Amino acid sequence: MIAALVLACSILFFLQFFVPYCRSLIAASSSHVLSPEVQDVTGLTSPASGEDFHRVVQLLRLCPDRPEDRGEIRAIGVYFGMLNTLKSMTHSIAPAVRSWTERECGRCTYFAAVALDRRVAFSRDLLAQQIEA
Amino acid sequence: MPGSASYAILFLGTLLEALVVVSALKRKVFRKYFVLNLYMVLCLVVSWGRHYTLAREGFGSLAYRYFYFYTDALLTIVLYFGLISLYVSVFEEMKVARYLRLGAVVLLAGTSWFTYAVVSQSSQKILTYFVFELSQNLYFVGLVLTYVLWAAVLKMRQTPALLVQLVLSLGIYFSFFAACYALSNLHPTLYSRVSIFFPVVGCLLPLSWAYAFWRVPNDVRLTPARLAVAVPR
Repeated sequence: MIAALVLACSILFFLQFFVPYCRSLIAASSSHVLSPEVQDVTGLTSPASGEDFHRVVQLLRLCPDRPEDRGEIRAIGVYFGMLNTLKSMTHSIAPAVRSWTERECGRCTYFAAVALDRRVAFSRDLLAQQIEA
Repeated sequence: MPGSASYAILFLGTLLEALVVVSALKRKVFRKYFVLNLYMVLCLVVSWGRHYTLAREGFGSLAYRYFYFYTDALLTIVLYFGLISLYVSVFEEMKVARYLRLGAVVLLAGTSWFTYAVVSQSSQKILTYFVFELSQNLYFVGLVLTYVLWAAVLKMRQTPALLVQLVLSLGIYFSFFAACYALSNLHPTLYSRVSIFFPVVGCLLPLSWAYAFWRVPNDVRLTPARLAVAVPR
Protein backbone atom coordinates (compact mmCIF):
# COMPACT_ATOMS: atom_id res chain seq x y z
CA MET A 1 0.00 0.00 0.00
CA ILE A 2 2.77 2.44 1.01
CA ALA A 3 4.85 1.40 -2.01
CA ALA A 4 1.88 2.12 -4.31
CA LEU A 5 1.42 5.52 -2.68
CA VAL A 6 5.13 6.31 -3.07
CA LEU A 7 4.97 5.22 -6.72
CA ALA A 8 1.93 7.43 -7.42
CA CYS A 9 3.56 10.42 -5.65
CA SER A 10 6.83 9.88 -7.52
CA ILE A 11 5.11 9.83 -10.92
CA LEU A 12 3.13 12.95 -10.02
CA PHE A 13 6.27 14.73 -8.78
CA PHE A 14 8.16 13.60 -11.88
CA LEU A 15 5.63 15.38 -14.09
CA GLN A 16 5.67 18.42 -11.79
CA PHE A 17 9.42 18.70 -12.35
CA PHE A 18 9.68 17.56 -15.95
CA VAL A 19 7.22 20.04 -17.45
CA PRO A 20 8.72 23.19 -15.81
CA TYR A 21 12.21 21.87 -16.67
CA CYS A 22 11.28 21.70 -20.36
CA ARG A 23 9.66 25.13 -20.15
CA SER A 24 12.81 26.55 -18.51
CA LEU A 25 14.89 25.19 -21.42
CA ILE A 26 12.49 26.75 -23.91
CA ALA A 27 12.42 30.06 -22.00
CA ALA A 28 16.23 30.20 -21.96
CA SER A 29 16.33 29.92 -25.78
CA SER A 30 13.36 32.19 -26.56
CA SER A 31 15.50 35.35 -26.50
CA HIS A 32 17.90 33.93 -29.12
CA VAL A 33 17.47 35.57 -32.54
CA LEU A 34 17.71 33.07 -35.39
CA SER A 35 20.29 33.69 -38.11
CA PRO A 36 18.87 34.54 -41.58
CA GLU A 37 20.27 31.24 -43.00
CA VAL A 38 18.39 29.12 -40.45
CA GLN A 39 15.24 31.20 -40.97
CA ASP A 40 15.51 30.53 -44.72
CA VAL A 41 16.22 26.81 -44.36
CA THR A 42 13.48 26.16 -41.82
CA GLY A 43 11.01 28.62 -43.32
CA LEU A 44 9.66 29.34 -39.85
CA THR A 45 6.90 31.87 -39.52
CA SER A 46 6.46 34.13 -36.52
CA PRO A 47 5.22 32.71 -34.15
CA ALA A 48 6.59 29.26 -35.01
CA SER A 49 4.12 26.48 -35.63
CA GLY A 50 4.16 23.09 -33.93
CA GLU A 51 3.59 21.46 -37.32
CA ASP A 52 7.17 22.31 -38.31
CA PHE A 53 8.72 20.59 -35.27
CA HIS A 54 9.52 17.23 -36.89
CA ARG A 55 10.91 18.91 -40.01
CA VAL A 56 13.25 21.11 -37.93
CA VAL A 57 14.35 18.08 -35.88
CA GLN A 58 15.13 16.22 -39.12
CA LEU A 59 17.30 19.15 -40.22
CA LEU A 60 18.93 19.09 -36.79
CA ARG A 61 19.88 15.44 -37.28
CA LEU A 62 21.73 16.34 -40.48
CA CYS A 63 24.14 18.55 -38.51
CA PRO A 64 27.13 17.16 -36.58
CA ASP A 65 26.03 16.03 -33.13
CA ARG A 66 26.89 17.99 -29.97
CA PRO A 67 26.73 15.86 -26.79
CA GLU A 68 25.86 18.77 -24.49
CA ASP A 69 22.52 19.55 -26.20
CA ARG A 70 21.49 15.98 -27.06
CA GLY A 71 19.65 15.38 -23.77
CA GLU A 72 17.81 18.69 -23.94
CA ILE A 73 16.58 18.08 -27.50
CA ARG A 74 15.36 14.64 -26.44
CA ALA A 75 13.60 16.13 -23.39
CA ILE A 76 11.83 18.70 -25.57
CA GLY A 77 10.88 15.90 -28.00
CA VAL A 78 9.21 14.02 -25.12
CA TYR A 79 7.48 17.25 -23.97
CA PHE A 80 6.27 17.84 -27.54
CA GLY A 81 4.84 14.29 -27.61
CA MET A 82 3.04 14.91 -24.30
CA LEU A 83 1.57 18.16 -25.65
CA ASN A 84 0.34 16.43 -28.80
CA THR A 85 -1.33 13.72 -26.71
CA LEU A 86 -3.00 16.39 -24.57
CA LYS A 87 -4.06 18.26 -27.72
CA SER A 88 -5.69 15.20 -29.26
CA MET A 89 -7.38 14.27 -25.95
CA THR A 90 -8.89 17.71 -25.42
CA HIS A 91 -9.50 18.40 -29.12
CA SER A 92 -13.25 18.87 -28.94
CA ILE A 93 -13.73 19.21 -25.17
CA ALA A 94 -11.63 22.31 -24.40
CA PRO A 95 -10.72 24.62 -27.29
CA ALA A 96 -8.75 26.92 -24.93
CA VAL A 97 -6.47 24.04 -23.95
CA ARG A 98 -6.03 23.20 -27.63
CA SER A 99 -4.87 26.71 -28.49
CA TRP A 100 -2.52 26.69 -25.47
CA THR A 101 -0.95 23.38 -26.55
CA GLU A 102 -0.55 24.74 -30.09
CA ARG A 103 1.32 27.75 -28.71
CA GLU A 104 3.53 25.49 -26.59
CA CYS A 105 4.23 23.22 -29.59
CA GLY A 106 5.27 26.33 -31.54
CA ARG A 107 7.72 27.24 -28.76
CA CYS A 108 9.14 23.69 -28.95
CA THR A 109 9.71 24.25 -32.69
CA TYR A 110 11.50 27.51 -31.98
CA PHE A 111 13.72 25.72 -29.41
CA ALA A 112 14.65 23.12 -32.06
CA ALA A 113 15.43 25.92 -34.54
CA VAL A 114 17.71 27.61 -31.96
CA ALA A 115 19.50 24.29 -31.39
CA LEU A 116 19.91 24.00 -35.20
CA ASP A 117 21.30 27.53 -35.34
CA ARG A 118 23.86 26.69 -32.62
CA ARG A 119 24.90 23.47 -34.35
CA VAL A 120 25.34 25.30 -37.68
CA ALA A 121 27.48 27.96 -35.96
CA PHE A 122 29.49 25.23 -34.19
CA SER A 123 30.10 23.35 -37.49
CA ARG A 124 31.12 26.59 -39.18
CA ASP A 125 33.64 27.36 -36.41
CA LEU A 126 35.01 23.83 -36.62
CA LEU A 127 35.45 24.14 -40.39
CA ALA A 128 37.15 27.53 -40.02
CA GLN A 129 39.57 26.06 -37.46
CA GLN A 130 40.40 23.15 -39.80
CA ILE A 131 41.07 25.53 -42.72
CA GLU A 132 43.34 27.67 -40.53
CA ALA A 133 45.24 24.58 -39.36
CA MET B 1 29.29 -9.96 -16.97
CA PRO B 2 27.84 -6.66 -18.15
CA GLY B 3 27.85 -6.16 -21.91
CA SER B 4 29.61 -3.55 -23.97
CA ALA B 5 26.51 -1.32 -23.79
CA SER B 6 26.76 -1.24 -19.96
CA TYR B 7 30.43 -0.33 -20.16
CA ALA B 8 29.64 2.39 -22.72
CA ILE B 9 26.98 3.88 -20.41
CA LEU B 10 29.37 3.68 -17.43
CA PHE B 11 32.04 5.45 -19.46
CA LEU B 12 29.57 8.07 -20.73
CA GLY B 13 28.37 8.76 -17.19
CA THR B 14 31.95 9.19 -15.96
CA LEU B 15 32.69 11.54 -18.87
CA LEU B 16 29.61 13.65 -18.11
CA GLU B 17 30.50 13.82 -14.40
CA ALA B 18 33.93 15.17 -15.36
CA LEU B 19 32.23 17.60 -17.77
CA VAL B 20 30.08 19.00 -14.92
CA VAL B 21 33.16 19.79 -12.83
CA VAL B 22 35.03 21.28 -15.82
CA SER B 23 31.98 23.39 -16.77
CA ALA B 24 31.59 24.64 -13.18
CA LEU B 25 35.28 25.58 -13.07
CA LYS B 26 35.04 27.29 -16.45
CA ARG B 27 31.99 29.29 -15.36
CA LYS B 28 33.60 30.05 -11.99
CA VAL B 29 30.68 28.60 -10.02
CA PHE B 30 32.61 25.67 -8.52
CA ARG B 31 32.74 27.22 -5.06
CA LYS B 32 29.19 28.55 -5.23
CA TYR B 33 27.83 25.04 -5.87
CA PHE B 34 30.61 23.29 -3.98
CA VAL B 35 28.60 20.37 -2.55
CA LEU B 36 27.09 19.57 -5.97
CA ASN B 37 30.56 19.56 -7.49
CA LEU B 38 31.89 17.51 -4.58
CA TYR B 39 29.15 14.98 -5.37
CA MET B 40 30.30 14.84 -9.00
CA VAL B 41 33.96 14.41 -7.97
CA LEU B 42 32.92 11.59 -5.61
CA CYS B 43 30.90 10.04 -8.45
CA LEU B 44 34.07 10.04 -10.55
CA VAL B 45 36.07 8.34 -7.80
CA VAL B 46 33.30 5.81 -7.14
CA SER B 47 32.97 5.06 -10.89
CA TRP B 48 36.67 4.33 -11.02
CA GLY B 49 36.40 2.16 -7.86
CA ARG B 50 33.44 0.23 -9.27
CA HIS B 51 35.24 -0.36 -12.53
CA TYR B 52 38.32 -1.56 -10.64
CA THR B 53 36.29 -3.91 -8.40
CA LEU B 54 34.32 -5.16 -11.39
CA ALA B 55 37.48 -5.97 -13.35
CA ARG B 56 39.15 -7.62 -10.34
CA GLU B 57 36.31 -9.46 -8.60
CA GLY B 58 33.67 -9.91 -11.33
CA PHE B 59 30.06 -8.76 -11.67
CA GLY B 60 28.50 -11.50 -9.52
CA SER B 61 31.01 -11.23 -6.66
CA LEU B 62 30.03 -10.20 -3.15
CA ALA B 63 32.85 -7.65 -3.07
CA TYR B 64 31.41 -5.82 -6.07
CA ARG B 65 27.87 -5.88 -4.63
CA TYR B 66 29.00 -4.59 -1.25
CA PHE B 67 31.11 -1.91 -2.87
CA TYR B 68 28.21 -0.89 -5.16
CA PHE B 69 25.55 -0.56 -2.44
CA TYR B 70 27.79 1.03 0.21
CA THR B 71 29.11 3.65 -2.21
CA ASP B 72 25.56 4.22 -3.47
CA ALA B 73 24.45 5.04 0.09
CA LEU B 74 27.42 7.36 0.54
CA LEU B 75 26.65 9.17 -2.72
CA THR B 76 22.97 9.51 -1.80
CA ILE B 77 23.92 11.15 1.51
CA VAL B 78 26.26 13.59 -0.28
CA LEU B 79 23.53 14.36 -2.84
CA TYR B 80 21.11 14.96 0.06
CA PHE B 81 23.51 17.59 1.42
CA GLY B 82 23.85 18.94 -2.13
CA LEU B 83 20.10 19.51 -2.07
CA ILE B 84 20.43 21.26 1.29
CA SER B 85 23.10 23.51 -0.26
CA LEU B 86 20.51 24.49 -2.90
CA TYR B 87 18.14 25.39 -0.06
CA VAL B 88 20.91 27.56 1.41
CA SER B 89 21.37 29.27 -2.01
CA VAL B 90 17.64 29.92 -2.40
CA PHE B 91 17.22 31.28 1.13
CA GLU B 92 20.59 33.06 1.18
CA GLU B 93 19.12 36.46 1.93
CA MET B 94 17.17 35.18 4.94
CA LYS B 95 20.40 34.12 6.72
CA VAL B 96 18.98 30.78 7.83
CA ALA B 97 21.82 28.56 6.60
CA ARG B 98 22.64 27.38 10.14
CA TYR B 99 19.05 26.29 10.85
CA LEU B 100 18.76 24.60 7.46
CA ARG B 101 21.90 22.55 8.08
CA LEU B 102 20.73 21.62 11.58
CA GLY B 103 17.31 20.63 10.21
CA ALA B 104 18.99 18.54 7.49
CA VAL B 105 21.09 16.63 10.04
CA VAL B 106 18.03 16.01 12.24
CA LEU B 107 16.02 14.78 9.23
CA LEU B 108 18.88 12.51 8.13
CA ALA B 109 19.15 11.10 11.66
CA GLY B 110 15.37 10.58 11.74
CA THR B 111 15.41 8.78 8.37
CA SER B 112 18.30 6.59 9.55
CA TRP B 113 16.48 5.73 12.78
CA PHE B 114 13.27 4.87 10.87
CA THR B 115 15.24 2.70 8.44
CA TYR B 116 17.00 0.90 11.30
CA ALA B 117 13.68 0.33 13.07
CA VAL B 118 12.20 -1.28 9.94
CA VAL B 119 15.28 -3.33 9.04
CA SER B 120 16.00 -4.63 12.56
CA GLN B 121 12.60 -6.36 12.66
CA SER B 122 12.85 -8.16 9.36
CA SER B 123 16.43 -9.10 8.61
CA GLN B 124 19.50 -10.88 9.94
CA LYS B 125 22.06 -8.92 7.88
CA ILE B 126 21.14 -5.64 9.48
CA LEU B 127 23.99 -3.45 8.22
CA THR B 128 23.75 -4.54 4.57
CA TYR B 129 19.99 -4.10 4.39
CA PHE B 130 20.19 -0.89 6.39
CA VAL B 131 22.53 0.63 3.78
CA PHE B 132 20.27 -0.48 0.92
CA GLU B 133 17.05 0.71 2.60
CA LEU B 134 18.61 4.01 3.68
CA SER B 135 19.42 4.83 0.04
CA GLN B 136 15.83 4.12 -0.99
CA ASN B 137 14.34 6.16 1.84
CA LEU B 138 16.69 9.07 1.19
CA TYR B 139 15.61 9.17 -2.45
CA PHE B 140 12.02 9.68 -1.35
CA VAL B 141 12.96 12.20 1.38
CA GLY B 142 15.10 14.02 -1.23
CA LEU B 143 12.17 14.03 -3.64
CA VAL B 144 9.80 15.56 -1.09
CA LEU B 145 12.41 18.15 -0.06
CA THR B 146 13.05 19.06 -3.72
CA TYR B 147 9.32 19.49 -4.24
CA VAL B 148 9.11 21.81 -1.21
CA LEU B 149 12.12 23.76 -2.51
CA TRP B 150 10.50 24.08 -5.97
CA ALA B 151 7.28 25.30 -4.35
CA ALA B 152 9.33 27.97 -2.53
CA VAL B 153 11.16 28.93 -5.74
CA LEU B 154 7.80 29.30 -7.52
CA LYS B 155 6.85 32.01 -5.03
CA MET B 156 9.91 34.09 -5.89
CA ARG B 157 9.76 36.87 -8.45
CA GLN B 158 13.14 36.33 -10.10
CA THR B 159 15.49 33.38 -9.67
CA PRO B 160 18.74 32.59 -11.52
CA ALA B 161 17.97 30.28 -14.46
CA LEU B 162 20.93 28.13 -13.47
CA LEU B 163 19.50 27.48 -10.00
CA VAL B 164 16.06 26.71 -11.47
CA GLN B 165 17.54 24.12 -13.84
CA LEU B 166 19.67 22.54 -11.10
CA VAL B 167 16.64 22.15 -8.81
CA LEU B 168 14.33 20.79 -11.53
CA SER B 169 16.84 18.26 -12.87
CA LEU B 170 17.49 17.06 -9.31
CA GLY B 171 13.72 16.66 -8.85
CA ILE B 172 13.48 14.59 -12.05
CA TYR B 173 16.38 12.41 -10.87
CA PHE B 174 14.97 11.81 -7.39
CA SER B 175 11.43 11.16 -8.65
CA PHE B 176 12.61 8.62 -11.21
CA PHE B 177 14.64 6.65 -8.67
CA ALA B 178 11.90 6.87 -6.03
CA ALA B 179 9.40 5.55 -8.61
CA CYS B 180 11.74 2.70 -9.60
CA TYR B 181 12.31 1.65 -5.98
CA ALA B 182 8.59 1.86 -5.23
CA LEU B 183 7.85 -0.29 -8.29
CA SER B 184 10.40 -2.89 -7.22
CA ASN B 185 8.91 -2.90 -3.70
CA LEU B 186 5.47 -3.52 -5.18
CA HIS B 187 6.79 -6.38 -7.33
CA PRO B 188 10.21 -7.55 -6.03
CA THR B 189 10.71 -9.64 -9.18
CA LEU B 190 10.77 -6.43 -11.22
CA TYR B 191 13.93 -5.11 -9.50
CA SER B 192 16.31 -6.83 -11.92
CA ARG B 193 14.39 -5.34 -14.89
CA VAL B 194 14.00 -1.88 -13.41
CA SER B 195 17.66 -1.69 -12.34
CA ILE B 196 18.71 -1.86 -16.02
CA PHE B 197 17.56 1.76 -16.35
CA PHE B 198 19.57 3.01 -13.33
CA PRO B 199 22.85 3.71 -15.21
CA VAL B 200 20.95 5.47 -18.04
CA VAL B 201 19.03 7.70 -15.62
CA GLY B 202 22.24 8.16 -13.65
CA CYS B 203 23.66 9.82 -16.78
CA LEU B 204 20.75 12.29 -17.01
CA LEU B 205 21.67 14.22 -13.86
CA PRO B 206 25.29 15.00 -14.90
CA LEU B 207 24.05 15.66 -18.46
CA SER B 208 21.51 18.26 -17.34
CA TRP B 209 23.91 19.84 -14.84
CA ALA B 210 26.69 19.98 -17.43
CA TYR B 211 24.27 21.68 -19.83
CA ALA B 212 23.18 24.14 -17.12
CA PHE B 213 26.75 25.03 -16.09
CA TRP B 214 28.00 25.16 -19.68
CA ARG B 215 25.14 26.89 -21.44
CA VAL B 216 23.07 28.94 -18.97
CA PRO B 217 24.73 32.33 -18.22
CA ASN B 218 25.10 33.31 -14.55
CA ASP B 219 23.19 36.57 -14.93
CA VAL B 220 20.07 35.18 -16.67
CA ARG B 221 17.08 35.19 -14.34
CA LEU B 222 13.68 33.59 -14.80
CA THR B 223 10.27 34.17 -13.31
CA PRO B 224 9.58 30.65 -11.98
CA ALA B 225 5.81 31.17 -11.78
CA ARG B 226 5.78 31.41 -15.60
CA LEU B 227 7.31 27.93 -15.87
CA ALA B 228 4.50 26.29 -13.92
CA VAL B 229 1.73 25.12 -16.23
CA ALA B 230 -1.27 27.40 -16.25
CA VAL B 231 -3.53 25.74 -18.80
CA PRO B 232 -6.53 27.96 -19.65
CA ARG B 233 -9.96 26.58 -18.83
